[in-house]
Parts: sequence; structure tokens; C-alpha cells
Amino acid sequence: MPELDSQPTIGALLDRNGVSRRAFMKYCTAMASVLAMPPLAGRAMAEQLRAAHRPSVIYLSFQECTGCLESLTRSFAPSIESLIFNVISLDYDDTLMAAAGHQAEEARDQAMKANYGKYLLVVDGSVPTGEGGVYNCAAGRTALDILTDCARGAAAIVCVGTCSSFGGIPFANPNPTGARPVSDIIGDKPIINVSGCPPIPEVITGTLLQYVTLGRVPELDAHRRPTVFFGNTIHDRCYRRPFYDRGQFAKTFDDEGARSGWCLYELGCKGPTTYNACATVKWNDGVSFPIETGHPCLGCAEPNFWDAGSFYSPIPTPRWGKAGEVRPAEAAELAIGAAAAGAVIGAGSVLLAKHRTQRLQTPGQDSQQDSPKKEV
Amino acid sequence: MTVDLVNFARGPALKAAFIIFFIGVVWRLVNVLLLKHTRDLSEPRRGVAASLLGGLKAIGSRSWPHPEFIPRTGAGEALGYSYHIGLFIVILFFAPHVAFFGSFVGLHWPSLPNSVNTIISVITFTLLLAVLFRRVTHRVLRRLSNFDDYFSWFVVTLVIVTGLMATAHVGGPYPTVLGLHILSFDLLLIWFPLGKLMHAFYLFPTRAIDGYLLTRRGAPS
Repeated sequence: MPELDSQPTIGALLDRNGVSRRAFMKYCTAMASVLAMPPLAGRAMAEQLRAAHRPSVIYLSFQECTGCLESLTRSFAPSIESLIFNVISLDYDDTLMAAAGHQAEEARDQAMKANYGKYLLVVDGSVPTGEGGVYNCAAGRTALDILTDCARGAAAIVCVGTCSSFGGIPFANPNPTGARPVSDIIGDKPIINVSGCPPIPEVITGTLLQYVTLGRVPELDAHRRPTVFFGNTIHDRCYRRPFYDRGQFAKTFDDEGARSGWCLYELGCKGPTTYNACATVKWNDGVSFPIETGHPCLGCAEPNFWDAGSFYSPIPTPRWGKAGEVRPAEAAELAIGAAAAGAVIGAGSVLLAKHRTQRLQTPGQDSQQDSPKKEV
Repeated sequence: MTVDLVNFARGPALKAAFIIFFIGVVWRLVNVLLLKHTRDLSEPRRGVAASLLGGLKAIGSRSWPHPEFIPRTGAGEALGYSYHIGLFIVILFFAPHVAFFGSFVGLHWPSLPNSVNTIISVITFTLLLAVLFRRVTHRVLRRLSNFDDYFSWFVVTLVIVTGLMATAHVGGPYPTVLGLHILSFDLLLIWFPLGKLMHAFYLFPTRAIDGYLLTRRGAPS
């Protein structure tokens, strides 16, 4: 496995593959646009990228459904082949690589050794820690062991998907495998979370590209997500937002409001509390995104989205009923119970007060002894 | 701070506030109802039906200042009425509030456009500031006011302010501000039975009882 610095630069690789300068500039301008950079940033990005060495990337898959990798392979800008052949050196990915078994493990070990301290570790899936991590093993080693080992020599870690970023579905109550996000386990490395279930393909590739271009971790939000993609809520950028502002809501999935494309807030849309680029970058080469197809946002890019009540309950719905959200009958039950308790407390306090008053007013009772003034 | 704060605010915190609210309200109502009442030994001038009607009439007639006092109290009453109306409109007709209260009763009703709600909220907030200004500058009101008055004003205003902040996306990420808004409502629910906000429950029954007794004694209600 060649060392990072001994690898050809991205520019040299492009020249070798016959990619014209014009095509590369177009590509960089498009990427700068996706990354919300200024128009002239495309040129700077092209210069930076041409001079950069392809970083070694080790892609680990743990407790996940492979949806994130499926998403990544559907990236249009840059495409997965463009990414792994031109921008990064994908040295280990047990799903995509041709090698298997010991050969695959050897490839990873060689890449780690050759690029110690410089490689980029991409993690997909949460890490089970229950029972010593036995719920997820490969080549006789637990995910916990592999992650700790691989993280030691990584320059940075990119967590792809909500599972590796925040625990995701395996982390959901009751979390039988003791699943944890990467950030709970690794504390001494820069971590970039690219959340989503799955994340938008261009957000994954864009984040990797941004890292290669900048040569450092980009600006992150409080959840360590790149602000360039996670800086706004879906609600803020949603094309249905004017309907929300006008108070026009679809009440069911087949009413006049739904057919007219009105806001899906009352059908449980979590767009107002979800930070992601779905409404701008969209999916399938910018064709559409869930809300555009008529379904509310599930809030999959946010921590604990699976335990946040029904996907079809509006955001302000109280959450303390048996079904995860309060039902009118349950609210009435609780109100009646609390009111009964209040009545007992109220009546009790009045009776106690009356009893005390009576004792004070009755001559020859203990109250006289309590009152030294009267004795005097 | 994340949506976890929203989930806490609309989950366990709301449930606790809800229980405290109902226990407190009934506790205080029962306290008043079981107070020792002096028997009215006077000869009734009007029958029970007429007295009850007089009680109902008093609810309306006592809700408006007597013409003689309008020059002195009219401005204060207008302020009070205005911000109460503003609060009711925003509470009942802002889309997220419709979703919130609707989930308790299993009903949904039309909401007002956001712009209308925002304008009304800003006016209501301004009126609340005017009410506070009047309280601290009015010589008599200031001497009559205590912690209860100021804290009751604070919890109501806090809900309005955090609501406006959430709508305008200022003060932090939306989920955080939304969580604070719901938490401030939880605080209002808890404080409600403990302070002067209880006037919402005392107001009409006490006016009705006064009207009933006055009518029974032959006085106009």
C-alpha cells in the first residue's frame, strides 16, 4: 500500500486519465456551488485539488443496514467512481472491495501502516458495546475493537449516517445491543458527522471533497455536522413553507390540501426541527425529496429521531401517553385523577384549619397552654 | 441542546406541569368553596330564579367599568382587555398551538396566517410592557403590587417572548428555542394555581355570587 505522499497528486491522476482542464473546472465549479461557496471558489478548489494527494480512506461498516453505502453509490456530483478513482484512495471497504477474508483485512492493515496519522476513517453504523461488543464481529474481532484500533492512526473520522453519528435505530429504546455512536467511544480525534437515514449522497461525497480541498475539518455545528449542508432546517428551505406561513395545511394524505401541495406540518412533518440539505440538494440528482413526494419529513438527521414519538404527529404534540403521545382519553384520565387529588388535599387542608381554629377558640384546651400571653 | 429538549419539554416536564396545574386549581377552588360562609338572615326580596339570573347578569355588568369610573380606570381596563384578547387569539389560532391543544381534545380547527399571529403577538408583548410600566409608575398600583403580580407578569411574558423568538429564529437553533418556549409554558402551568393567574377561575364565579346575593337582597346586580 503506497504512502500518502508517494501517491500521485489528484492533478497527475486526472492528466493520466485524460480528464481535460475544462471538464475538471466544470466539476469544481459545480461542487463549489453544492458547497454553497462563492462563484470564484471553484477555481481555488480546482487548484487545491490538483495539488492534493489522494487521501487513503478506510471505510468501516458496523451495526447498519448498508443504506448509507447504497446512498453513497448513487452520488451524481461527484459520482462514486469519480470519487474513489480521482479524489480519494478507498483502501478498505468490505462491501465494495473485490478482496475478501484475510486479504481484505491485510489490505486494511497495510493502508493503516503506510498512512498512519494521515488516513481518513469513514464509519457507517453504530457500535454495539453490550456483552463486550459481541453483537457485531468481523474476522473474530468486535466492532468496538476494530474501531478503537483503526481510529488510533486516523487523521479524522467521518461518521456516515445517523447510526454512527448519533446511534440511530440500533440506539433506539430499549437499545438491546448497547449501541453507541462513534463520538461516545472515540474522544481524541476530529469527528465529522454526516447524519441522515441515509444521508444524501452528495452530502457524503461533498463532505469528503470538502475535507480533501480544505485539508482540514470543515466548520461544524453543535452536532459536529458540516454547516454547509446542515446549516438550515428543512422547513426554512422547503418550497411548501409559504403554505405554512399562510396557515394552509393538509389534514390527511388524500384531502384537498394534500392534493394542492399544502404544508404537511399537521401530518407530522419534522422539517422545522431537522437540519439537513434535503430541500436544497435533494435526491436522485436533484429530482425530488420526501416532502416533494407528499410525505412529511421524519427528522432522520437528528439525534434520537426514532424515539421522538409518531412520525405522523405534529411537533408540538404532547408526549406522555401510552402510545408515545397523549390521547384525549388519557389526558382526561390524568386531569380527573389530579383534580381528585387536589380536592382531597383542599378539603383536608380546610378541615385541618377548622380543627385548629376550634382548638384555639375552645377554653381549657391545649391551645391555652400554647399561649403564654393568656396565662399571664 | 437539540430536539431532546423539545421532547423533554413536551414529555415529562409537560406531564408534571399538567398534574400540578390540576391538583393546584382544584385544591384552591375547594379551599374557597369550603370557607365558612355567614348565613344571610335577611328576608329575600327576590326569588331563587331571579337571584340566579341576577348572578349571571353580574358577570357581564361587572366586566365593564361603571360610567362614572371610566375616566379614571378606562385606560387600564382597555390595556388589560387588549392583551388578554391578543393572548387568546395567539393561543387558540396559531397553527402549532392548534396542533398542541387539538391533541388534548381530539379536535382541530382552522388557524390564522403566521403574519397575523406575529403581528398580534408583537402588539400583545408591547401591551404587556405597557401594563408593567403602568404598574411600576402608578403610585397606588405600585404599593398594591407584590412578588406575585410581577412573577405572574413574567411567566406570561416569557411565553410570548420565547414564542416570538422561535417564530423569528433568533436566540439559537429552532429546536432549542422551541424547547424553551414549551418549558416556559410548563412553568406557566405550574405557577398558575399558585399565584394570581388563578383569577381566571375565580373571576366569573365570584361575580356571579355577588350578583346573586345582591339580587336576593333587592339591589341591582
